[in-house]
Amino acid sequence: MNTIALVGNPNSGKTTLFNALTGSNQHVGNWPGVTVEKKEGKFKYKGNQYNVVDLPGTYSLGAYSEDEVVARDYILKGNPDIVINVVDATNIERNLYLTTQLMEMGVKVIIALNMMDEAKQKNIEINLDKLSKELGVPIIPTVAAKSQGLDLLIDKSIDSIKKEKYSNKSFSYGKDIDSEINEIEKILDNLDLQYPKKWIAVKLLEGDKEIYSLLSKKASQPIKDRLIDIEEKSSEYELEIVDKRYEFIGNIVNQSIKKPSEERETVTDKIDKIVTHKYLGIPIFALIMFLVFQLTFVIGQDLLGGYVADAIESMGEFVVSLLENINSPEWIISFLSEGIFGGVGAVFEFVPLIMVLYFFLGILEDTGYMARAAYIMDGFMRRLGLHGKSFISMIIGFGCNVPGIMSTRTLDNKKDRMIALLINPFMSCGARLPIYLVFIAAFFPSHGGIVLFTLYALGIIMALIMGKIFSKTLFKGESSHFIMELPPYRLPIFKYVLKDMWSKVWDFLHRAGTIIFFVVSILWVLSVLPFGVEPYSQESILGRIGTILSPIFIPAGFGTWQATVSLFAGIAAKEAVVAILGMVYAGVSEGTALVSAIQNVFTPLTAVSFMVMVLLYTPCAAVIGTVKHETKSIKWAAFMAIYPFVMGWILSVIVYQVGSLLGF
Amino acid sequence: MSSSSLVSLKPKECGRVKEISGCCKAKKRLYELGLHKNACVKVVKNDFGPIIINLSGNKLALGRGLASHVFIEH
Repeated sequence: MNTIALVGNPNSGKTTLFNALTGSNQHVGNWPGVTVEKKEGKFKYKGNQYNVVDLPGTYSLGAYSEDEVVARDYILKGNPDIVINVVDATNIERNLYLTTQLMEMGVKVIIALNMMDEAKQKNIEINLDKLSKELGVPIIPTVAAKSQGLDLLIDKSIDSIKKEKYSNKSFSYGKDIDSEINEIEKILDNLDLQYPKKWIAVKLLEGDKEIYSLLSKKASQPIKDRLIDIEEKSSEYELEIVDKRYEFIGNIVNQSIKKPSEERETVTDKIDKIVTHKYLGIPIFALIMFLVFQLTFVIGQDLLGGYVADAIESMGEFVVSLLENINSPEWIISFLSEGIFGGVGAVFEFVPLIMVLYFFLGILEDTGYMARAAYIMDGFMRRLGLHGKSFISMIIGFGCNVPGIMSTRTLDNKKDRMIALLINPFMSCGARLPIYLVFIAAFFPSHGGIVLFTLYALGIIMALIMGKIFSKTLFKGESSHFIMELPPYRLPIFKYVLKDMWSKVWDFLHRAGTIIFFVVSILWVLSVLPFGVEPYSQESILGRIGTILSPIFIPAGFGTWQATVSLFAGIAAKEAVVAILGMVYAGVSEGTALVSAIQNVFTPLTAVSFMVMVLLYTPCAAVIGTVKHETKSIKWAAFMAIYPFVMGWILSVIVYQVGSLLGF
Repeated sequence: MSSSSLVSLKPKECGRVKEISGCCKAKKRLYELGLHKNACVKVVKNDFGPIIINLSGNKLALGRGLASHVFIEH
């Protein structure tokens, strides 16, 4: 099977092309549990299967940030059969900068000149033949959003794959640099490296730290000595190389593209005037976020939530009565009704809600508004010692902290990145939402939106405070400069937003069916053993474990063994909290729903302090694993497990103690 | 022809990049994004927070600290 890699600038429509190519045959592993840095999908064309890899969107393939390294390592080491370079036709010059680097890498490249419709609208005239000839790369015009030009793109890609001999056009960096490159190539001649020699030579002259450290591991002493000379020269050549690439592009573009000189005010400009306004920007942003949560609540819970809950309940009753009819053993019925339908089923009830939340976050991401959010928040974030861009990773964290943490890769400075990564779990993810909803339904049914908004806001405030503390203590130094493109606003393509949403919901269901099922099963066994005890009672093994640990939470007001056990189960996966509560309280009194059981054992105050704990305490195992992977350090992973627990505990104790004093 | 730093430019003013002072990782990034010598820049917004510029049809937001290193001839 041939593999096609998609490479391109952010906002070039690369992911849209990926979606258009893979259609419904996409199996994305881009979410919790699996730490994946690139999306993979498959499609069938004329009887053959193809593998497509969507690499992170980057402007360059240096080592400026982690995602550039991911992209270039895949291109050079992953051996894709062809690289499709997605180029935004309205912005050819800058997009071709990446193309020149693909040419340097000596890989098979084909250009998908995307968004041709927008280019036409802007009266940009492109001479495709000329452009293609001068670049020495085949160019196919496409409109990925409307699935136009895809067949031709695939046909041409297959043609290129079949070509045995492939040579990229090379261009000159000027006499001095060219001769340096030649010389370095000679030095490297006997070394066995995984990268093309010429490319390494260029990277060395660009002062690429990754390549220097690679060579210092592999090269012999005389070469290492030469490297020191080269590194000194690189500061002089670095920018010149960039200039030469642009010079090469400039010459080609001048010959083949005509752009109208007068720029009109676009819709994007008009919208930006309002949403990036000095005074209106932040209130508008707050309003948008509030609306997202309010709508999520109304549509996901009030409108749709009930149907699923009813369906699960009647399904549970049906299965139980069926089993009773065939005289199944008591323990099987108990396991299914309390463990599975009471526990895992409680998690499923929240699928509509999570679906709606993911849908709105997806729309927000696809319109281009996120970049504006980072822009308007930069000033504020900077005062806290944070980078404006870390705000985007925070918003993504609302969906799930795993991609939230992975998105910190776009932060180029270690300090910015580590802080953004460490504060991300305070952003309340989709899996924690069901827990709040159970408690809201029990105690604050008419103020759901406000309670939810307050909790999320508390998470943000906590994240910002911790960010400030980290930037003053663990990670001192300057935040890196803010450089960010503000892409034109685009209407989201609903088909793809829905598809993306579905793949995330599918993952949620998948986890409910695996990890949570597993955790619930084990805890169910522990809650009915040893034989002879009242199931779900304090005398069961689970009850005893919970009882030993529960004093920790007495100062916070929820020192029951049930709450304790559910919180610890939540470290495996947050959904387990509701599942365990559903299971252990289903046994309190037969036929009582979880909500009314909770009304009996919690008070409004302890419900709030419990929700605060849930919001802030140790993130789930998938997040801790991601932190370990991203920081390559067990120490940070352990830190991630412990410090939020401490913060959560302190805050919930404060809530409970102050609340009690005030008489709640 | 006078040259001044990008932060001192008002909205709708435009000019060409004369030089970017200092040397840092960010300088190369600006070059790579097309903000190299002689690039034509137009200021879109400059009141608080990062400055927004128009660079051959793209909007780019630059932190003020960084923008003060970019000198424009206009």
